[in-house]
Amino acid sequence: MELTREEESALKGEQGEIMQMAYRILVATGEATDAEKLIPIEWAHLSGVNYNTIGDAGEEFLSGISRDAKVKVKTTLNPMGFDIDNVSDYNLDANFISKQLSIRNSYEKIGVTPSFSCIPYEIFDIPKDGTQVAFAESNAAIHANSYDNLKTNKESAFSALASALTGKSPYSSLRKDDSSNITIRMKVDNPNELTYGMLGFFAGKVGDISVNISGLKKMDNRQCKAMCGGMGTSGTCAKFLFGEGGPDSEKVDFDEKEMQNVYGELNTAEKGDIITLGSPQLGLDEISDLTSKLKGRSFKKRCMIFTPRTVKDQAKKIGYVNELERAGCEILSDCCTCLTPLINKNDVDSVTTNSIKGAFYLKNSNGVDVNLKSLSQIIEDETR
Amino acid sequence: MRKILVKGTAKGTVLKTEMPINFLGTVDKKTGIVSDKNHDLFGKSIKDSILVFPSGVGSSVGAYTIYSIKSNNAAPLAMICRKADLTVATGCALANIPLAIVSEKEFLSFQNGQRISVDTESEDMISIIG
Repeated sequence: MELTREEESALKGEQGEIMQMAYRILVATGEATDAEKLIPIEWAHLSGVNYNTIGDAGEEFLSGISRDAKVKVKTTLNPMGFDIDNVSDYNLDANFISKQLSIRNSYEKIGVTPSFSCIPYEIFDIPKDGTQVAFAESNAAIHANSYDNLKTNKESAFSALASALTGKSPYSSLRKDDSSNITIRMKVDNPNELTYGMLGFFAGKVGDISVNISGLKKMDNRQCKAMCGGMGTSGTCAKFLFGEGGPDSEKVDFDEKEMQNVYGELNTAEKGDIITLGSPQLGLDEISDLTSKLKGRSFKKRCMIFTPRTVKDQAKKIGYVNELERAGCEILSDCCTCLTPLINKNDVDSVTTNSIKGAFYLKNSNGVDVNLKSLSQIIEDETR
Repeated sequence: MRKILVKGTAKGTVLKTEMPINFLGTVDKKTGIVSDKNHDLFGKSIKDSILVFPSGVGSSVGAYTIYSIKSNNAAPLAMICRKADLTVATGCALANIPLAIVSEKEFLSFQNGQRISVDTESEDMISIIG
């Protein structure tokens, strides 16, 4: 990879240890993805926030760099482990809480906006078409590339951090190419968001960098998010190209049989002890839709809803939060189903959700069983 | 064909596995000992070795584990892989552990217990010294 004189000087350590570390990460990422140079980015979105995932090493590292480091571009942040407003309602130990708050402080000190959201594309204004960004959260990277006309690699936690600190990222193939040699043909009738989540999960396994998708009907926001969440979970792929693809592209069908395979892999329970909605977190339109679906009904068991703080605040003003709480929902901001420490296998055997991404991590990281259902099915079965 | 992802120098003994390594959760952060019973490095420490393995797998947070073992002085002196992955690449970059990607043929030629020298700035880059 070619570096400018200034970039070389940073790599040699002439601009301090933090810049040297950041450029070392960018060069390693660039060499690993065959990029020929670094280019400016306008927005970084970081993962590596939840103490559940980064642990003591992460906490200590961030605390160390926060003494000197400052971000150079707008930088937003993934969810953390809990919602400080109601963390006392959950059985979380004091060490977890204090380490998580230290992580939060470190990020704030280096100038990161504490958005604690995995849906930056819904709660921030989208820059103009073609803008280069660096998103580490996989569903957000896929959404940005596929729906928001932005360009990003599927960053690692460290490469996005390095991009935030330098304002640069390697010019890798996802930033320039707009073609894929694989086309997935959607063959399942009457899809709901669960179907699209499974389609995404399937696509992530089939594709490498990007995939063409054909046969899609008009999708709502919930369905788009489900598809991005599913794909980010299963592989390295970070872009959907909508259409048939070129004549040479390999065609792979996503039919009932393939869908049942994904369902069989992720659905491990007939029913759940609790319900979770949101992975990715719910946006305002989904909260609004859920409120109207729950009119005159209430959940028969606990239902946890994950949403960004800004969305919860808006929902409170409009009156949705009241309505949802009346229907028995627990509304949590700043955190998400995915890798939550709030669902523990000592208390819960199984969880009902409509999220493929949530299902994967609940099963593999939290060690609980998962019962997959679409939202309309959940409301039919689990409310009265 | 070799590709250098993280520069540096090291001299040490090859510890080789044909199995990919998932750093998150299967390598002890304090000792560098591999805790995955299904891995052929099970019970062995990767500390101070020249670790030769196909690639990293699993969560991108595994990069934090690599940083962690380095902070605890339990990291390999250098890593040599067959395939580049961003978890190992960015973890080594942050921890300043030299990392090279080599061809299939060269990968096969490494033997456990070989003494090798890694110097990414030299002409040979990787050479067998005993």
